[in-house]
Amino acid sequence: MTARPDPAASAATDTAAAETGRRVVRTMRRALRWSLPEILFWLVAFASIFLLPGQHLILTEIAILAVFALSIDLILGYAGIVSLGHAAMYGAGAYAAGLYAIHVTGEPLTGLVVGAAAGAVIAFATSFLLLRGGDLTRLMVTLGVAAVLFEIANKAYRITGGADGLQGIWMDPILGRFDFDLAGHTGYVYCLIVLFLLFLLARLVVNSPFGISLKAIRENPLRASAVGIPVNPRLVAIYTLAGAYAGVAGALFTHTQQFISLDALAFQKSADGLLVLIIGGTGYLYGGMIGALAYKVIQDVIANITPQYWLFWIGLLMVVFVLWGRDKPQRIFATLAARLRHRREGRE
Amino acid sequence: MSELLAVEDLRAGYGQGETLHGISLTLREGESLALLGRNGVGKTTTLNSIMGLTRHLGGRIILAGQDITRRTPEARAWAGLGWVPQERGVFRSLTVEENITAVAQPGRWTLETLYDLFPRLRERRGNYGNQLSGGEQQMLAVARALALNPRVLLLDEPTEGLAPIIVQELLAVIRRIVRDEGVSAIIVEQHARKILGLTDRAVVLDRGAVVWSGESDTLAGDAEALGRHLGVH
Repeated sequence: MTARPDPAASAATDTAAAETGRRVVRTMRRALRWSLPEILFWLVAFASIFLLPGQHLILTEIAILAVFALSIDLILGYAGIVSLGHAAMYGAGAYAAGLYAIHVTGEPLTGLVVGAAAGAVIAFATSFLLLRGGDLTRLMVTLGVAAVLFEIANKAYRITGGADGLQGIWMDPILGRFDFDLAGHTGYVYCLIVLFLLFLLARLVVNSPFGISLKAIRENPLRASAVGIPVNPRLVAIYTLAGAYAGVAGALFTHTQQFISLDALAFQKSADGLLVLIIGGTGYLYGGMIGALAYKVIQDVIANITPQYWLFWIGLLMVVFVLWGRDKPQRIFATLAARLRHRREGRE
Repeated sequence: MSELLAVEDLRAGYGQGETLHGISLTLREGESLALLGRNGVGKTTTLNSIMGLTRHLGGRIILAGQDITRRTPEARAWAGLGWVPQERGVFRSLTVEENITAVAQPGRWTLETLYDLFPRLRERRGNYGNQLSGGEQQMLAVARALALNPRVLLLDEPTEGLAPIIVQELLAVIRRIVRDEGVSAIIVEQHARKILGLTDRAVVLDRGAVVWSGESDTLAGDAEALGRHLGVH
């Protein structure tokens, strides 16, 4: 036994622990207070349901990509885990949700849980491969895991449909009431609400002592462990949680597209997620959402102008952006919030 | 048994070389120990080895009856070693309060009691690690180690590179921690005079071996030993 507090002081310890708990809660509450740009962001997001009814299909794609990028932000932006294979969890969630819809039930909400579980299981199982080694090792291991899953899905065509894709998915109405329509209205509202709920959860997590310790690990893992932060268990935990998020993103894709191709597990998917996050900035949770919006809109605009060469322009824009504009959205967001807070405090 | 930490014939180093050639020392419950010696004799290496941050070559480390020689640094921290690294190692991307809550374990040292100990940290609790002065970083590093509610505090040159007035302030707090609060501690220091007055016992190292060990008061009064081992006159 290594019970640290000596028994004589245990009563005092209890009240002290309670006091610490209260303080932590208070600190968290302070960190969790909503800033004006945040409130505006979500108001605009939800207003798009009514203001942009013609764009719901692309907005759905954006919301799903945002969930996926949010998942990458949890591991990269907070724990400092680089990954080139996040599609592994996305694809696992997508296929699990698809197979669940075909073989069990087309009920979407339990399908989301199944997708989350599939993503979490893959993430948990492979997280142990990431505990040793540096960034390069992690890039290669994540890339490899995704490649292995891609090939398994390709070979197991009896189950997954292989290169033909998984077909025959029929979704029941959400909560037995809201049917998925062709214009994608239901699908968009569904994805946006899921994105919002997952964002709220992520916000709680990253501001908790657990989330704070992740940042300490990101800064210096060896020192973090020597001052008493359980580095490996925490990395496994956040990677598993991020896996569940990616699995949900995959399930959302399945539910709204009702078709899955091997693209869900492809390298391009992982790269897209990472690009989106780099456009929007890491470590403040909004990067994935802002990046997804920018990425999809730019892609859409360029594809309309030059359908054949859009990839060329995207590539060029990426290079320019990473060289000049990285972290810009995050800085604008932070400056805006700081300025508004200043003004509000000035008035009080 | 009153022996809290025992280092037995410890041999350790970095890379190929052996820096410590068989160090032995003990720390009793509630006792404070000054680990002294000239520059580069292995004081920091001893502390790092106790934390498991060097290459182990031989010997044992026993904490409260448990052999922790083969454990990882984090397992040693949980077992009750609160380490204050020489370079302080405050997390720059975290605020003062976050630096503490990221590691805090239940016990008598809470945010409140730590802020009472270091009122300056309370004032600066919202500041990030990289916005602190050297002295404040050192206070935060000590507070972070105490937040673990360790059985043994390991302080590595806590006053190094600080302005004299800050050194006085810090030494006063350390005195409070080891004398009034009775925290068991090993304090590494190059300038013997600074801490002989506030520690119970002292161990002097030279070239990776123990050359003197005994009561701090005895060493403080032994001009010959001070001069020979530490160059103090």
